[in-house]
Amino acid sequence: MSALAPAVSVTAEERVSLASSWRLVWWRFRKHRLALASAFVLLALYLVVLCPDFFSTQDPEATEARLAFIPVQRVHFFDGGRPGPWVPDVVGKRNPTTLRMEWRIDESRHIPVRFFVSGYPYHLLGIVPTRIHLLGTAGADGRERLYLLGTDRLGRDQWSRLVHGTRTSMTIGLTAVTFSVVIGVLLGGISGYYGGLADSIIQRLIELLQSLPTIPIWLALTAALPRDWSPQQVFFAITVILSLVGWTTLGREVRGRFLALREEDFVLAADLAGASQRRIILRHMVPTFLSHIIATSTLAIPAMIINETSLSFLGLGIRPPAISWGVLLQEAQNIQTVALAPWLLIPAAVVILSVLAFNLVGDGLRDAADPYSQ
Amino acid sequence: MTRYVLKRLMLLPALLFLFSVTVFAIVQAPPGDFLTTYVATLASSGSSISAEQVEALRREYGLDQPVWIQYLKWMENLARGNLGLSLEYQRPNAELIGERLVLTMVLALLSFVFTWVVAIPAGIYSAMHPRSPVDYVLTVLNYVGVATPNFMLALVLMWGAFAYFGVSVTGLFSPDFVEAPWSLARVADLLKHVWLPAVVLGIAGTARLTRVMRANLLDELNKPYVTTARAKGLSEWRLVVRYPARLALNPLVSTIGWYLPALFSGSLIVATVMNLPNIGPLLLRALINQDMYLAGSILLIYCFLTIVGTLISDILLAWLDPRIRFEGG
Repeated sequence: MSALAPAVSVTAEERVSLASSWRLVWWRFRKHRLALASAFVLLALYLVVLCPDFFSTQDPEATEARLAFIPVQRVHFFDGGRPGPWVPDVVGKRNPTTLRMEWRIDESRHIPVRFFVSGYPYHLLGIVPTRIHLLGTAGADGRERLYLLGTDRLGRDQWSRLVHGTRTSMTIGLTAVTFSVVIGVLLGGISGYYGGLADSIIQRLIELLQSLPTIPIWLALTAALPRDWSPQQVFFAITVILSLVGWTTLGREVRGRFLALREEDFVLAADLAGASQRRIILRHMVPTFLSHIIATSTLAIPAMIINETSLSFLGLGIRPPAISWGVLLQEAQNIQTVALAPWLLIPAAVVILSVLAFNLVGDGLRDAADPYSQ
Repeated sequence: MTRYVLKRLMLLPALLFLFSVTVFAIVQAPPGDFLTTYVATLASSGSSISAEQVEALRREYGLDQPVWIQYLKWMENLARGNLGLSLEYQRPNAELIGERLVLTMVLALLSFVFTWVVAIPAGIYSAMHPRSPVDYVLTVLNYVGVATPNFMLALVLMWGAFAYFGVSVTGLFSPDFVEAPWSLARVADLLKHVWLPAVVLGIAGTARLTRVMRANLLDELNKPYVTTARAKGLSEWRLVVRYPARLALNPLVSTIGWYLPALFSGSLIVATVMNLPNIGPLLLRALINQDMYLAGSILLIYCFLTIVGTLISDILLAWLDPRIRFEGG
């Protein structure tokens, strides 16, 4: 446009040498198609984590024995050739011998699915009071039912419970890893930067913790949590218990990095230039391996999620009335029940999907974390 | 080498002591003791027990004494090889744990064998045919295998077997053999049932091992000595198995000792889901009922297995990689 524009365009090579290291990481990460797609899956899941009530169609706690074991109503996207999502109606009949309600799909009656409908009241992001939900049906009087993933033995809507379980399980994974990173970087840093006695003590502690059989110890610790604790207290305690062992791997890695970096010229230069210790660590050393830590911790999240799910499934982790993926899968513990209502296994698919996404993103980040290789 | 092993062996008692304190602290941690849980269970089933009787029982079990005396008594018994008495079952712990421990180990060993027998050939094949359809299929399976918690796999398999074939795949024995004494027929019956849990337990490990084997072998296949051997006209299969595969295996061998204890711990959850008469469900029940000597003994056994596993792993590593010996020795 202007006459001052550079005569020669910036070549690709120059672009690379001018780019910040974060930009380089992003460029490399972008090339992994699967990792990028998984990142979007995770974004979507965390969107659900932010406002689960908005995505729910029913109150996840509302129980009604009459509505137990309603099958999944498959969503159809076209109604008679015109676009418009609808689900088939469900009709319940009481079995005269067992006296149980038996529900079946009635394809002849269509219930249109509407967007932004009014439902049970909640607080958006915990602040804004509202009744607007993403999906729902027009008739709020209960005549038109919408159970996207069926109901469980107490007639609770599984879709809404899954959405709320997603919030707990995904948050636990993230917080437990955050705890691990904070402890790991702090202790690993002290261990690697100062060396000496502090190093020996911290290294022995890490060895001790790593030779504990994790699953049995976790079981024992969670079994020791008082029964009368509130869901928030239990949530916090589980997070701490999970990160108790999780930090050790990171601590070791950070220590190794510090040991290697301590001898580097740029650290010596910063020291001679009169930079404070804090500045040397935070400004010069940590950024060189930060992307690596992020990649390692992303790969640590799925293990945390699996552990939480397993503990809750055994009844020792998150406890009802709090909802997590493990709590949802408890409903599938009895095989006779699952044979009757196979949709109770759907939460397992969500667990696998999220763990898969975390693993793929973590792999992509790990490959991209070292932007100067090759 | 011998010095290194001796040094590690000398650390063993110290570690076990530290773990015994930790374990005791953990099983002691829940508020109340076995008797409070017992009284609560009785109350919920409608019967009751007088306060004097509870006190008498408490004295009898030594639950009224300070914690450190209880710990010392436990240790004293352990030193004599006595694992103590289960408060709930009123039977010696050693008797309760014994057969279940054997079954736990059989299960872990079998799934370990499964893992290696499947993963190593799969990894070699993938590395020899990178980007082939089979490689892609294996890669997808590996990712899903790693991402599936084994108890979920157990649930899905049990449901599939029940819904489509009408069989229940829980347990390790047919009904006739559950209480039967050990015999050849019982072992045969065990083998008929044990493979499914062994596979379930081994899937995640198999997936991980295949990926590692593939990556290690791919690194080796790019090296000049492979090109040399190929130039000299060695057949592709012999070429790979002879040298690169062996080198790629080295780092994996050293993780054996670490992987076995992980299988012991991992079988705990699968055992609970599939109702296997293994040490896992016993621990779970003991923890919930605060049967603390039983829970403590089982936890200590897990710790012991883990330490021994790590030790084996370190010794193997030192044996394979001489650099470690000089550092540690």
